[in-house]
Amino acid sequence: MTTTGTRAQSLPSTYVGARVGRKEDRRLLRGEGRFGHDVQRPRMLHARVVRSGIAHGRLVSIDATEAKQLPGVVDVVTGADLPRPLRIPVRLKVQDVDLTEYLQPILPTEEVRYVGEPIAVVLAEDAYVAEDAAELVVVDIDELPVVLDTTGPADDVTIAADFTMSYGRVADAFDAADHITSLTFDIGRHSAVPMEPRTLVADPVGPGELEIFGSTKVPVFNRRVLAEMLGLDDERIRMHAVDAGGGFGVRGEFYPEDFLIPWLALRNRRPVSWAEDRQEHLVSVNHSRQQRHRLSVALKKNGEILGLRADVIQDNGAYARTHGIIVPELTIAMLPGPYRVPAYHARARVALSHKTPCGTYRGPGRFEGTAAREQLLDKAAAELGIDRVELRRTNLLVPTELPHARELGTLGTDMVIDEGDFPGLFQAALDRATRLGWPDAVTAGRRDGRVMGLGVAMFMEKSGLGPYESADAEMTRTGRVRVYSGGTSLGQGIETALAQIAADVIPVGIDRIDVVNGDTAEQPFGTGSWASRSTVVAGNAVRAACQEVADRLIELAGRLLEAPPDELLLDDTGVRHKTDAGKRCSYSELSAAAGPASPHLRPDEQPGLRRRARFTVDHMTYPYGAHIALVEIDPGTGNVQVHGYLVVYEVGVAVNPTLIEGQLYGGMAQGIGGALLEEFRYDDAGQPQSATFMDYLLPTACEVPRLDVLVLADHPARTNPLGVRGAGEGGLTAAGGCLASAVRDALGSLPGVRPDITRLPITPAEILARIGSGTPATDRPG
Amino acid sequence: MRDLHLITTEVNGTQHELVVESRRTLADMLREDLGLTGTHLGCEHGICGACTVLLDGEPVRACLVFGVQADGKQVRTVEDLADGEQLSPLQQAFSKHHALQCGFCTPGFLMLAESYLASRPAADKTEIREVVASNLCRCTGYQGIVDAIHEVATAQQAGPVQP
Ligand code: FES
Ligand code: FES
Repeated sequence: MTTTGTRAQSLPSTYVGARVGRKEDRRLLRGEGRFGHDVQRPRMLHARVVRSGIAHGRLVSIDATEAKQLPGVVDVVTGADLPRPLRIPVRLKVQDVDLTEYLQPILPTEEVRYVGEPIAVVLAEDAYVAEDAAELVVVDIDELPVVLDTTGPADDVTIAADFTMSYGRVADAFDAADHITSLTFDIGRHSAVPMEPRTLVADPVGPGELEIFGSTKVPVFNRRVLAEMLGLDDERIRMHAVDAGGGFGVRGEFYPEDFLIPWLALRNRRPVSWAEDRQEHLVSVNHSRQQRHRLSVALKKNGEILGLRADVIQDNGAYARTHGIIVPELTIAMLPGPYRVPAYHARARVALSHKTPCGTYRGPGRFEGTAAREQLLDKAAAELGIDRVELRRTNLLVPTELPHARELGTLGTDMVIDEGDFPGLFQAALDRATRLGWPDAVTAGRRDGRVMGLGVAMFMEKSGLGPYESADAEMTRTGRVRVYSGGTSLGQGIETALAQIAADVIPVGIDRIDVVNGDTAEQPFGTGSWASRSTVVAGNAVRAACQEVADRLIELAGRLLEAPPDELLLDDTGVRHKTDAGKRCSYSELSAAAGPASPHLRPDEQPGLRRRARFTVDHMTYPYGAHIALVEIDPGTGNVQVHGYLVVYEVGVAVNPTLIEGQLYGGMAQGIGGALLEEFRYDDAGQPQSATFMDYLLPTACEVPRLDVLVLADHPARTNPLGVRGAGEGGLTAAGGCLASAVRDALGSLPGVRPDITRLPITPAEILARIGSGTPATDRPG
Repeated sequence: MRDLHLITTEVNGTQHELVVESRRTLADMLREDLGLTGTHLGCEHGICGACTVLLDGEPVRACLVFGVQADGKQVRTVEDLADGEQLSPLQQAFSKHHALQCGFCTPGFLMLAESYLASRPAADKTEIREVVASNLCRCTGYQGIVDAIHEVATAQQAGPVQP
C-alpha cells in the first residue's frame, strides 16, 4: 500500500477508516505465532498444579513423600512452603468496598473453598512426570457443608459487598404508575473460555531477575503485584509480550499461578513452564455472569417509563478476585441503558459460594443487565398491550437529550452519556431486518405451523476507560517507525489498528511501522487491554507519541535544511520542503542528526528520535447498538435454531471496519453460546459438571448462523481526538436479551404457553417443559 | 522404566529418527521434540481440533494420536502450507476474509480445510459449515472461516485441472 506525504498532519486520512489487512496474519497463518507455551528455555522445568477435589473442607494434611521420590521430580511445594501467607489483591477497587478478608490466597493452608483451588505444585524435568507426580500427592481434606445457592435464605450465605445506586424519586414513580411489571431473571455461570489455555514461562535470567512470557492483558499491573510479593523492584521483572489465543476478560488476570511459577523459578534457579489443561481451565479461570436480577418497572398507560427498581445478587464463587465487585457494579450502573429512566434505585449484593471465583467476561454487567432489562420490557409491552418496538421507541433517549448526565458513577467516573441517535439506530436495525426478510419469514413460517420468532434488543455499551495510557514512538535508522504501546494483543487486531493510527501521523506506510505491545521493559506505564479501551486510550496515546516524533523530525530537518518548520512536511522517506523539491533530508539522515555525537544537537538536548506521550481522559464514551435475531424452535426436541442474527453498532470512528466486524461476529457467537448453550453446572456436593468441552458447550459453526452486521460511524466520540468508541463487546452485549426476546416471541405464538423467559441459558429441557405444559398434545420424546 | 521407541517419520518432507516414549502424544512430539509449535493444544481431549495435522493425508487430532503411531508415516503441519514466502491459497483466503483473530485455532482449521478440499474440491457452503463444525473457534463466529474455505473451493472448481 502506498501513501502520500501531504496527508501527514491531518486526520481523517488514508489509514484510519481503511480495511487494511492485518499485520498479525502472516505469522499466525504460517504457524509462526509465538504463544506462551511455545517458549522453550534450556534446563526448563515443568509445573503441575495439584487442585482440590473437594468444594469445601479443612485441609488436614498434604503428603508429598511419594511424589518427591518419583525420578525426575525436582520440587513439591504447598502453602506451608510459601514465604508468608499471600493473597491476591483487587485490581479495580470501586464503591469503596473493602474485600480484604475474601481475597484468594496463593495456596491455602487451612481451608479449601472450591473444586479446582490450587493446593500444591509439583516441578519436574518433564511435563508427563510432573503430571504423574501430582497424582501421587496425597491430600486429606475434612469435608464441610457447601453453599451453592446464593439466592436462598441469607443466613448461610456470606455477603461480601452490598451497595446501592439511585437517583430521582423512585417511590413517587411507583405510586404514580398506571402499571408495574416485575420480573426475576437469572443468568447461569459462563466464562470466556479462550481457545488457548493459560500458560506461563518464567526464566530467572540473573539473581533476582525474571523474564516472564505469557502474562498478556495487564502486564504492568501484574508485574507490580508480583514484584511486591517477591520483594523485588518492578524493573527487575520483564514481562514479554507474546501472542495470546483469545482473552475476553479472563486471561492475564493475576491468578495464584502468576505468583507460583515465577517464585518456583527463582527458588530452583531454573526456567519453569506451566500450561493448564482444559479441565483445569474450566474450573480455575474466572467464571462470570451468574446473577439473579429482580426488576420492577413503573409505567404509564402509554408505555412511558416512570421509574425502575433493581435488586441484583451475584454468585461470586469462593473468593473475591482481581476485578472485585465490578460486574454487579456495572450491572446496576448500566441497567437503565439507552432509555429515559427518570427515577432509579438499584441494590447489588455480592454473595460467596463454594464454586470457582468470578471475574469479568466480555460485556461484564452489560450482558446480564441488558438481558434482564430487555426481557422486562418485552413483558411490560405484552402486559400493556403495546407493541414491544413502540414501547422501546417511546422510552429511548432522543438526540436532543444528549449528552445526558445520569446521576450515577461507575468504575470511579461519572456517567455522561455522550452524543448519539438511539432511535435512528434502532430504526436502521429494524429496516435492515425487514430487508433481510425476517418478519416475513416469521409470518410465513407460522402459517406453515413452524414455531418461529423475532427478537429485538437495544443496548448501551461503555468503553475508553481512563485514566490514562502511555505510548512511545521512535524513528529508526532505516526509516521505520517503532511504536511501543501499553495495549496488549489478544487477537483483536490492536497491532494493526495502532499501526494505522501511527501511519496517518508519520507517513512511511503501514508496512514500515512495527508495533510492540505489552512489553514492560519498553512501556512500563501501560495499563493493558481490557474493557474495550485499547483503541480509544492506547490509540490516542500512540497518535500523540507519533505526533511528537513528527514534530521532532520537522524541527531537526529545519536545522539541517535551514528552513522554518511550517514550510516542511513529512513524506514516506523523509522531510521535504513544501515548495522547493531540492530541499529534503531522509529519515536515516535525521536519525544520524539526532545521534549523541551529532553537531546538530544543542548541548542540553536529548539525543535520539524516541518520544513518550500520555493520553488522559476523564469520562468513558458510550457506544450503543441493537440486536435482532430470527429463531425457530423445534417442538420435538426443544432445540432453538438461530436462523439469522443482526447487530447494528455505532462506533464513532471505525479505525478498521473489517476488524470491528470481526469483533462483532465473534461476540455474536459467544452471545449465542451464552444465551442457549453454555453453563457451568455443579452437583449437590459442589462438584463441577462442566469440566470438559463435552459438557461446557461452545457454539460450533452449526449453531452460529450467517451473521449480519452494520457498523455505523455517524457520531464520533467527543471524549478523544480520534473520535473512536470501543468495539470489542457490542456483538455480545444484547445477545442474551435478544435471544430471550426471540424465544419469547416464538413461544408466544403457541396457544397457552407461558412465554416469559426467566433464565439463561435457555435449554431444550426448559423449552420442552414450557411447550409440554401449554400444549399437552405434543408428542415430545421422553 | 520409561517405555521408549525409536521411530522414523517424515514431517513436512523431512525424515526424522526420534526416540519417543510410548505415551508421548504426536502433538507434544511435534511441538517440543521437533520445535513445530504451529500445532496448538486447546483441549487435549479431542474436541477443539486446534491440534489437527495430516497423517498420511488424513486429518487427525494430534492430541489423541501417539507419536509412535507416526512411525513410518508422513505428517504435515501448518508450517508446510506456505511455499517459501508465498502463502498457500487457503492461507491467503483466511487473511482476506478475516478468518482469524487470535490465530490460535487457525492451524487446525487450515489443516482440516486442506485435507477436506483435497477430497471434496467443489464443496458448497452448507457442507463447509458442517465440516468446519468439527473444530472450535472462540473469536471469529466462523463467518470468515466458512467464506475463506468456500472461496478456495470455488476457485478450485473454476480451475482447469480439478476432476
Ligand atoms: S487439542 Fe486436540 S482436539 Fe483439542
Ligand atoms: S481465531 Fe481465536 S480461536 Fe479462532
